[in-house]
Amino acid sequence: MRYVSALIALVAATAVQGARAIELKFAPPDFETEYAMPYLFTPAPAGSNTWWESLILFAALSLTTYMVFKARSRRGLFAISVFSLLFFGFYRKGCICPVGSTQNVMAAVFLPDVGVSWVVVSFFVMPLLFSLFFGRVFCASVCPLGAIQELVAIAPIRINPALERVLGLGKYMYLGLATLGVATGAGFLICRWDPFVGLYRMGHSYNMLIAGALMLLVGVFIARPYCRFLCPYGVLLGWMSRFSKFHLEIPPSPCVECRLCEDSCPYNAIDMPTPRHLVEDPAVGKKRTRLLVFLAPVFILLGAVGGYLFHEPLSHIHPTVSLSERIAKEDRGIIKGEVYLESDTFRKESKTAATLHAEALAVTEKFKTGSALFGAFLALIISIKLIELSVVKKRTIFEPHKETCFSCGRCYPYCPVEEGA
Amino acid sequence: MSERKKLDRRDFMRGAAAVAFTGATWAAVGEKTETKYWQLDPAKCTQCGRCTTHCVLTPSAVKCLNQFDICGYCDLCFGYLQPGSRNLDTGAENQLCPTAAIERKYIEAPYYEYKIHEDKCIGCAKCVKACLVFGNGSFYLQIRQDICINCNECSIAKSCPSDCFSEVPESNPYMFLTGDTHLAHPPA
Ligand code: SF4
Ligand code: SF4
Ligand code: SF4
Ligand code: SF4
Ligand code: SF4
Repeated sequence: MRYVSALIALVAATAVQGARAIELKFAPPDFETEYAMPYLFTPAPAGSNTWWESLILFAALSLTTYMVFKARSRRGLFAISVFSLLFFGFYRKGCICPVGSTQNVMAAVFLPDVGVSWVVVSFFVMPLLFSLFFGRVFCASVCPLGAIQELVAIAPIRINPALERVLGLGKYMYLGLATLGVATGAGFLICRWDPFVGLYRMGHSYNMLIAGALMLLVGVFIARPYCRFLCPYGVLLGWMSRFSKFHLEIPPSPCVECRLCEDSCPYNAIDMPTPRHLVEDPAVGKKRTRLLVFLAPVFILLGAVGGYLFHEPLSHIHPTVSLSERIAKEDRGIIKGEVYLESDTFRKESKTAATLHAEALAVTEKFKTGSALFGAFLALIISIKLIELSVVKKRTIFEPHKETCFSCGRCYPYCPVEEGA
Repeated sequence: MSERKKLDRRDFMRGAAAVAFTGATWAAVGEKTETKYWQLDPAKCTQCGRCTTHCVLTPSAVKCLNQFDICGYCDLCFGYLQPGSRNLDTGAENQLCPTAAIERKYIEAPYYEYKIHEDKCIGCAKCVKACLVFGNGSFYLQIRQDICINCNECSIAKSCPSDCFSEVPESNPYMFLTGDTHLAHPPA
């Protein structure tokens, strides 16, 4: 009797689900003995991303702020870095971190039926708020990606500031690309290309593990390569930090311009007093700046056009597009022989190649606007950077650049000015 | 004095910016705050084997479960026995599961119960495939929610060729093959 009702339930359920029809090849038994069917073991979620993790993040940020401002202790910051590496990195497997949370928040903003938990929102908001008041204390020793790089930066060399600026554009590109990825449904690129998460999890794809190892190796000499040239969240933190009320200062009391800290920052984040030869006739400077401001809209338009022209290759970050391309190539006999699970699976399904190509086309369509905006965004950033360069501010002391300084405290021990001296 | 005023204004702007930023984020997402968990749809799964290798955890958070109410309790379980086994017994050489995670227990003639020991299961889906082809399809994969660390973007979700993974609400974090979940939870 039991199985009849089970069958009825089954039929009803399959009808509702409309998915795979389950045909029972063997009738479920009608037990004669007292036999109770075991329950399925379906435990509730273990509660990852729970509120206490927000609390730990808050505590770590506060402690870092204390170390940066009150204790002025590089050692203390180092110790917090080790904690963050162990807790946010190894224990929490680097997930979810504020860097990646950017995408969850963007997804909730852009996509109609995507939600986000408030813990994740708090992970996104808290470091930014701290940045708005105290500078990038999050980067100093709380970020799991930053911590590992800070710890391996043993023999940092300084690179040419001009090169630093050019490479630094990478993070804006990454931010734009990540936004494009979320908005078009291509996925979370920041997570897909996270170089260190493989290490924290002792697993991950080969390519990413190799990328992570390489990045750490480079990071021994060129400190924090990910933070300086790639981190998309770092862009937002930098913007906030620019307006920070309090920001780390190298000398605890007035700078005596001894130049001792000049080479202390491995991140090129110390602004020097303006060299004599750069002090120019203000009229010339103003003229150049005005020209740059005037040209900016043209430049942005060009960026948009350029982005638009690139929408086709860009759309390949979307899995549907890349699969469709792969299938088309296989059909035309350009690729043969190799087994490729995605296309293999596709061929077992009932979907036709034409449907897939149509879907891919629809996705590519979305990339048109997206890529144009992406191009315009990059051009806007480059224009702003150029205008900034053109305005020569007279500076008389050594001070950290609010936007790029990670508040790491490496420069503290170099400064001979004692408090109150 | 004017320096002072300037500072006051800046502070005010900063405070306003902080409030506005938090408020805007909350306004954009606040209504949508719900904790979601990854789960795979067994109806779509093609048993490709990536669940074993692509989870960030080792062993994978994906485990096989046996939905007992559609299981045939067969003597000759294809999910359990290696094809071509000589004896229908519990010898390790006869078992299909690479980690011997399935326990076979005699109930009454001719029925056997097949219980999966999740601590041993690596989510390879070999048994799932066999059960589906030759049996009732009562074995299938699910993410065990107490093990899963709920990655920002599940790494299997990205690499599953059949697009099985989606986010499900906390209130209903499993996807059962039949939608018939009366055996999923012991009565309270
Ligand atoms: S720059 Fe990015 S990766 Fe580096 S510490 Fe800051 S948030 Fe982390
Ligand atoms: S704290 Fe000092 S050493 Fe560290 S990034 Fe800022 S300026 Fe450079
Ligand atoms: S990756 Fe997808 S298709 Fe492959 S076994 Fe897992 S759920 Fe099934
Ligand atoms: S055959 Fe694979 S999926 Fe099935 S119980 Fe064994 S390890 Fe788990
Ligand atoms: S969410 Fe992460 S831990 Fe969970 S199954 Fe997916 S990859 Fe594994």
